[in-house]
Amino acid sequence: MKPLHELTISEVHEGYSNRDFTCVDLVQHFLNRIEKYNHKLNIYLALNKKALLEAAEADKEIVEKGITRPLLGIPFAVKDNFLTVGMETTASSSILKSYHPQYESTTTQRILNAGAIILGKTNMDSFAHGSSTETSDFGPTLNPWDTGRLPGGSSGGSAAAISAQLATVALGSETAGSIRQPAAWCGVTGLKPSYGRASRYGIIAMASSTDQPGPIARSVRDCAIVSEIIFGKDPYDATTSPTPVDIYESSLEKKDLKGIKIGLVKEYLLPSMRDDVKQLILDAAEKFRSLGATVEEVSLMNPKYAIGTYTVISRSEISSNLARFDGIRYGHTRDAFCPETKRRILLGTYTLSAGYYDAFYKKAEAVRTKMIDQFGELFKTYDAFIGAVSPGPALPLGATKNQPMFGEMEDILVEQSSIAGLTGVGLPCGFVDGLPIGLQITGAQLEESKVISIADCYQRNTDFQKFPNIEKTI
Amino acid sequence: MTKSFWLYSIIVSSAIRIPAKIGFVHKVTVSTEEVKKIAKLASLKLPDNEIELFSQQFTETVDVINQLNEIDTSTVPETYQVTGLSNITREDEVDENRVLPQEVALREAKLIHEGFFVVPRVIDTDETESVI
Repeated sequence: MKPLHELTISEVHEGYSNRDFTCVDLVQHFLNRIEKYNHKLNIYLALNKKALLEAAEADKEIVEKGITRPLLGIPFAVKDNFLTVGMETTASSSILKSYHPQYESTTTQRILNAGAIILGKTNMDSFAHGSSTETSDFGPTLNPWDTGRLPGGSSGGSAAAISAQLATVALGSETAGSIRQPAAWCGVTGLKPSYGRASRYGIIAMASSTDQPGPIARSVRDCAIVSEIIFGKDPYDATTSPTPVDIYESSLEKKDLKGIKIGLVKEYLLPSMRDDVKQLILDAAEKFRSLGATVEEVSLMNPKYAIGTYTVISRSEISSNLARFDGIRYGHTRDAFCPETKRRILLGTYTLSAGYYDAFYKKAEAVRTKMIDQFGELFKTYDAFIGAVSPGPALPLGATKNQPMFGEMEDILVEQSSIAGLTGVGLPCGFVDGLPIGLQITGAQLEESKVISIADCYQRNTDFQKFPNIEKTI
Repeated sequence: MTKSFWLYSIIVSSAIRIPAKIGFVHKVTVSTEEVKKIAKLASLKLPDNEIELFSQQFTETVDVINQLNEIDTSTVPETYQVTGLSNITREDEVDENRVLPQEVALREAKLIHEGFFVVPRVIDTDETESVI
C-alpha cells in the first residue's frame, strides 16, 4: 500500500471502507509529518487543535453510517485568508495577528459540512498581495522541491502543503494567478473557478471583482471532487452565479479528446521565455493532438497590457477593501500593514483619486472589455486555450526584493483570464533543471466541466504529477 | 502639486492595431508631495524613507500603466464586473444565522465601553493628523 500521505481522496475513502486505516491514523500521520517538516518549510501558520478529536468523530461516523459525505475524514490545508471559527486567521498579516473570526467562510463551511477535517491554516503573501509568499509578515514558505526557492503565491503555503504531502487536499484563492502559479511552481494541480462560480463570503478580500477560492490537490480528479462541493450560489455573496454546478465527476475519465479544439496562444510563448520551457508547452500541444484534439495557434492581446490593466484594477479594489482595517472592531492599527500592502493601498488610492480616475481606472476597465471581447471571439471556435502558467520555474528566495511589480510580471500569462473571469486549471507538464513547470488549460466562463475533462485526460496520459523527496531537499 | 509632463514615443506592438490618433503617452512623475497627500487620504502614516521610495516606484509603475494608452478604447464601454448579473435582491428580513450576539461582535475590539465600540475622535481634531 502507498504511504498515507500519498493517497488521493478516493484512495483515502477506499482505505476507510476496507478498514485499512482510520481517520485518526491518517490525521496523526499528517500531524507527525507537519511536526517533522513544518519548522523548516514554514507552510502552516496555525494548526487545528481539535483535528484528532474531529478525526475520532469521523471514524465513529464511518463505522455507524459508512461514507455518506463526500469529504468525510479528508484532511485539508486551508489558506489563511479563509475565516475559520475557532482558528486564528491572519491573512499572513501582523495587523490581524491573534484575530479569531466570528463567522465561518462559506467555502470552509461547505467542506466541513461535507465531513472534511481542517489540519491547519497555511502561509500566503500578506493579504494575498504577492506571488511568492515573501510578503508574508511571518516569513516566506520554502519550495519543497528546492528550499532555496520560492513556492509562488499568494497561495504558496497551500501549494507547498500538497507538494510536501502535508495534507490530502488544500484550499487556495486566486485574484490573478494565486492558485495556478504556486501550483505550477510546486508541481501540483490547481483549479481557478470562473468569477462568480464560488462564494467569496468570509474570504479576506483583495480585489473583489476577480477574487475566487479554489482547490489545490494531487490530481485534477481531487480538484473536481472539492470543486463540486465548494462551488455554487451563496445567498451571502450576491455575485455568485445562479447557474447550477455540473457533476464534475462525470467529466472525468474521458477516453480521448476527439472533437475538442484547443488554441495554443502565440503571445504566451514569450520572447523572453527559456527554450526548454517553451518546448514543454509545445510538447503538451503535441500530446493533446495525440489524444485526438485539434490544436491550432491563436492570437490574443499582447500580455504586457494585462500587467497595467490588472495593476490598476487590483490596486483600486485593494485600496477600497482595505479601508475596513481600522483597528476599531478587530485587528491592530494601520501602522501594522507591511510595505507591500501600503504600496498597494496607496497606488489604488492614487488611481481612484480625483483627476486620475478616468485616466487610470476607467481606462483599465475599458481595456478589460477588449480582453473579454477577444476571449469571446476565441471561444466561438475553441473549447479551451493553453500556455505556460508562469514564464519559468520557481525563482530563488529574495527574488522579490526591490521588485514592486514582481507578482504582475510573474503572473503575466494568467492575468488576462482572471480579469475576464474565466476558469482554468494549472497542472504540471514537465520539469526544467529538476523544477516543475505548469501548463494552463483555460476555458470560458462557467465551462469548468470542459476544462476539467481536458485536464484530466491530459493528466492521466502523462506522468508529470510527481512529489519531491523532502527528506533529501530539506 | 508638482508634476512634469513630456512626450515620448512608444514601442508599437505587432499584436495591437494602433489607431492613428494614439501614439503619444504622458510621462507622469509621482512626487513625494503627492505620495504624502494620498497617504493622508488612505489614512496611512509613512516614514520619510517610504515616501521617497514609493514616489520613485509609483513613477515607474505609472509608466507601465500608461502603456494602456496604446490601446484604442474609444468605442468600448468599461467592464466593472464580469458576472452579467444585476440588481440581486433578497427579502428584507433579518437572517438570524448572520446575526452576531453582542459579546461576540465586540470580542475582537481593543476598546469597548458598555457594549459599544470606542472610536477615535474625528471632529474638532487637528486635520493634519491621521484619523487613526
